[in-house]
Amino acid sequence: MLDSKIPSGTLDQKWTSYKGHCKLVNPANKRKLEVIVVGTGLAGASAAASLGELGYQVKAFCFQDSPRRAHSIAAQGGINAAKNYQNDGDSVYRLFYDTIKGGDYRAREANVHRLAEVSVNIIDQCVAQGVPFAREYGGLLNNRSFGGTQVKRTFYAAGQTGQQLLIGAYQALERQVALGNVTMHTRHEMLDVVVIDGKARGIICRNLVTGELERHFGHAVLLCTGGYGNVFYLSTNAMGSNVTAAWKAHKKGAYFANPCFTQIHPTCIPVSGDHQSKLTLMSESLRNDGRIWVPAKAGDKRPANDIPEEERDYFLERRYPAFGNLVPRDVASRAAKERCDAGYGVGTTGQAVYLDFKYNLINKYGKAEANKQGIQHPDTDTLIRLGKEVVKEEYGNLFDMYEKITGENPYEVPMRIYPAVHYTMGGLWVDYELMTSVKGLYALGEANFSDHGANRLGASALMQGLADGYFVIPYTIGNYLADEIATKPIPTDHPAFIEAEQQAADRINKLISINGTKTVESFHKRLGKIMWDQCGMARSEKGLTKAIEEIRQLKKEFWSDVKIPGSVNEMNPELDKAGRVADFIELGELMCIDALDRNESCGGHFREESQTEEGEALRDDQQYAYVAAWAYQSENNWQLNKEPLTFEVAKPSQRSYK
Amino acid sequence: MQHYTMNLTLKVWRQKNANDSGHFETYPVKDISSEMSFLEMIDVLNEQLIKDGKEPIAFDHDCREGICGMCSMYINGRPHGPWQHNTTCQLHMRAYNDGDTIVVEPWRANAFPVIKDLMVDRSAFDRIIQAGGYISVNTGNAVDANATPIEKDKADDAFAAAACIGCGACVAACKNSSAMLFVGAKVSHLALLPQGSPERKNRALNMVAQMDKEGFGACTNTGACEAVCPKGISIENIARLNREYMMAGLSDDK
Repeated sequence: MLDSKIPSGTLDQKWTSYKGHCKLVNPANKRKLEVIVVGTGLAGASAAASLGELGYQVKAFCFQDSPRRAHSIAAQGGINAAKNYQNDGDSVYRLFYDTIKGGDYRAREANVHRLAEVSVNIIDQCVAQGVPFAREYGGLLNNRSFGGTQVKRTFYAAGQTGQQLLIGAYQALERQVALGNVTMHTRHEMLDVVVIDGKARGIICRNLVTGELERHFGHAVLLCTGGYGNVFYLSTNAMGSNVTAAWKAHKKGAYFANPCFTQIHPTCIPVSGDHQSKLTLMSESLRNDGRIWVPAKAGDKRPANDIPEEERDYFLERRYPAFGNLVPRDVASRAAKERCDAGYGVGTTGQAVYLDFKYNLINKYGKAEANKQGIQHPDTDTLIRLGKEVVKEEYGNLFDMYEKITGENPYEVPMRIYPAVHYTMGGLWVDYELMTSVKGLYALGEANFSDHGANRLGASALMQGLADGYFVIPYTIGNYLADEIATKPIPTDHPAFIEAEQQAADRINKLISINGTKTVESFHKRLGKIMWDQCGMARSEKGLTKAIEEIRQLKKEFWSDVKIPGSVNEMNPELDKAGRVADFIELGELMCIDALDRNESCGGHFREESQTEEGEALRDDQQYAYVAAWAYQSENNWQLNKEPLTFEVAKPSQRSYK
Repeated sequence: MQHYTMNLTLKVWRQKNANDSGHFETYPVKDISSEMSFLEMIDVLNEQLIKDGKEPIAFDHDCREGICGMCSMYINGRPHGPWQHNTTCQLHMRAYNDGDTIVVEPWRANAFPVIKDLMVDRSAFDRIIQAGGYISVNTGNAVDANATPIEKDKADDAFAAAACIGCGACVAACKNSSAMLFVGAKVSHLALLPQGSPERKNRALNMVAQMDKEGFGACTNTGACEAVCPKGISIENIARLNREYMMAGLSDDK
């Protein structure tokens, strides 16, 4: 019953063959078809722009004041592409293989291969739009390396790659707005999908400025609404990032796949206190040049620079000599947690490790720059000075950001870092065409589950968002809409629209009428703590069972004691937040149920019951080589559908980065 | 780094909606940690207001890492507060001392009408981009990314201009509410690159026309915009915009 619609043929021919045989919509008919795009990050903006260019009538929605604010903008390090400009052995196959292996063999081969294939087109497209990627002195594009790979295939724009890519997609989107092909609705939040005769036909959304509910028709609906990391309260996501659109779709019949697959990113600025509202990432690209260490002696409280070389434990280099500081994110995160739990952590909380740039400042950048400038036998101070200049160009904005937040200068003292929730590999289940289990309802980018398996490699999120929006959906949506050309726009006074709007209104009215004693924020914090403790870096049957009970209790309390100020028919950010937190609570329960079902350690999912004698993650391909696609049945009740994963080309092996 | 706590007095602009005339309200806030961000301090105040049965202060914010450009507070007479090259969300409370009074207002400009409290409508910026802030290339049209080498210095300059986050601090700081730094940054970003060259004349003319239409003021080269820009966008971009605009105006072919 789960048909992933993978085309036949050999892996490297599937996408070519699909494109050659899928149905097309002629230009005259495209103009009659309306497409709704929810979310305007990399996936949404690129999809809306590309579909507008093709001639569809697009309506795009975002909750921010402008599509340029979407959280893709905060991605720092870079975007992968199999260009092999560095002549270091890269290829489409290598990128495909690294992504499948990095995802710990829990992603679909066909989707990932397609992703690797179109990665090269993405870079071309972005450069044509004017995205100012980093360049060499010869005028050609530069690359850097990233965790989990042994080639340099990452394109970047200082530490602001996401910003530059999003601005590129945003400008393409605004061009279509100017041409009248896209209508943009900012400060709008989607509250439901309207399904008529089994097909998605529109959405209900709230105008966040006036509080009014609106109905919008579309022949198809695309959810490009990002991930749900904020279920943990503290994450590197933006404050507004939420699961509401995806969750409403789930309750209308879209399966939610692998919800427990969460990425805990190793290099974030540690929590400083209870007031903390969010966490800030320090790009993984810093692991290229920074060495991660803790004092070799537990409880050593000396300042970092006073600890001599021989009393430091470079634990990643020690445990994983082949990849060293460039092991994948899940491996690096667990290793840091292990050291801190064992009492070797640094900083006031002891929940941090050092990321130190001094070695490469001197030995890599300093020496190269001295050579270039013809300085013979430079002393250490000169090397540091020269090295700093290069590092400033590569990562200046990140170093500045670190200093603003912590008040410490990372050029002088090592950064303190600790893992934090960063990305969610799980999401709405989609087939090869990116269609969910509801016909005509699509999910793109982080909102879907398809390409990263149990762990996403660095610099792959930007790649996937843009692949889905620029190069996949323009083909696959045609295959669906070709059969819809006779469907006239459905008036929004259709009973299904009225009913969906009524349900949204009822829920809002119910929320505001509770008038209890506790703030929305306090519930969100409590949910986050349960999730982080029991469904975070390490999970166990006992902890997850307890968490499910606690979440159910929290839900009852929320719906009887939450306090929301203001009224319904006005701008009311607390009301918006309440709706989002209510959905996060329900999602949190499903995440724990999914984590409980998966009694194996794979990628970002570390089950304490499933580890090797050395404490490394132990995957169980016999029992768990499947995608867990959950169907919503009723409150606290989901049905598990399994999509078996078969690997014809990249044969699963236990990951080793040693 | 030594941490401390402080008690502060906040004077915050409250305005129910676009039609309300608005006024300042004074709030004491207690036990603020020097490690908090400015917005976390506002979070603390808002939680207190909700518990007291009052309406929390509405303000725009999202990424809280200084890149989305959504936060927009005018703090003690300066957009984004006292730090150089900084956004409100990245301002931390160690910038203040026990007993300080802090005045918080929204951006003030005719082209940025207040929506509620500290939130303003910056959709004028989107419409300026719609007027020409892009390269007209459809998806799939592109040649190989390395087919056109671009001098590193030019690419770096284009990147420096493209780093604009569209927050509007430049407009808020300008006595004329001019958007020249914003427009100059976009025109420069695209004019410095060979890909942007074919449309450079129309781009400069149309973006400036839209800027005027939105009600932004004229530039008198005061430089307040550059001084408060969180991304350090240089005023050279305004000079480049003027050159682009003049050259476009003087030539026959657009």
